[in-house]
Amino acid sequence: MTVVPHELVAGVLSETPDLSVSLMPLRGRFSLRLMPEGTDPAGEVLGFRLPTRIGARQAAGSREVVCLGPDEWLVVCDDADRAVIEQGVATLAASVPHALVDLSDRELTVMVSGSRATELLTLGWPRDPQSVAVGTARRTVFDGVTVVIWRDGETQWRLDVWRSFAPHVLDLLLTGCRELAAG
Amino acid sequence: MLLITCPYCQETLPEAEFVYAGEAHIARPEDPSQVSDEAWRDFLFIRTNPKGPHFERWRHLHGCGRFFNAVRDTVSDRFLTTYKAGEPKPDLATLTGEAK
Ligand SMILES: [Zn+2]
Repeated sequence: MTVVPHELVAGVLSETPDLSVSLMPLRGRFSLRLMPEGTDPAGEVLGFRLPTRIGARQAAGSREVVCLGPDEWLVVCDDADRAVIEQGVATLAASVPHALVDLSDRELTVMVSGSRATELLTLGWPRDPQSVAVGTARRTVFDGVTVVIWRDGETQWRLDVWRSFAPHVLDLLLTGCRELAAG
Repeated sequence: MLLITCPYCQETLPEAEFVYAGEAHIARPEDPSQVSDEAWRDFLFIRTNPKGPHFERWRHLHGCGRFFNAVRDTVSDRFLTTYKAGEPKPDLATLTGEAK
């Protein structure tokens, strides 16, 4: 069970009509590393085709996957699903060389949405937000911190942040919210 | 800010996602114990440090995580090309010809 400081409990952190920032409930997360030959068998076990284009996503039920690198994927799932995924992928141990690492305790997810969400992200994100298409995700940098940014809609974003960096990232986002609200 | 094309992501991205990782195409001697002290010193420390096109390694740290190679002009800071690790050195004459 992940223990998080009380100020990092899931819930709405800032809300205005055009911008909302909230911390999402904890989820199961895995890093999956394998060579290209392993994508088909691993996809069969997980219930979706592993995308091979960097940034591309797939989902099946509550499970989601994004391709982070040529041999690296991030799998997100419900907490109860963690054991199922672990056992499923373990059946490949003899046939598909791979590494599956449970990262659930490492990261939190912040949701940023609203008509000014993209503007808020530009505060710490050197990249052009329009280069991340809706329905894709990227590992990138946010104010010096490695994050995975998911674009769920035109103005709906999710940031996976390492727990130890979360106070820093949240501080910046909430300062940005106040700045934008002040006009 | 420099914009760098990652040959794995196939996207042109801000420098802040990348880190520099020294000169490229420096092969470690197969059998270090058979190498003379001078040759080992050269492998460890001696670099070309050119004024002009430089073959160098970069890593897409805040991204796909891959190391790749680049040719960057050390005078203008212009990237002439980037290519995947393990691919042969591109022909410099072609690159600098294109740059003009
Ligand atoms: Zn990359």
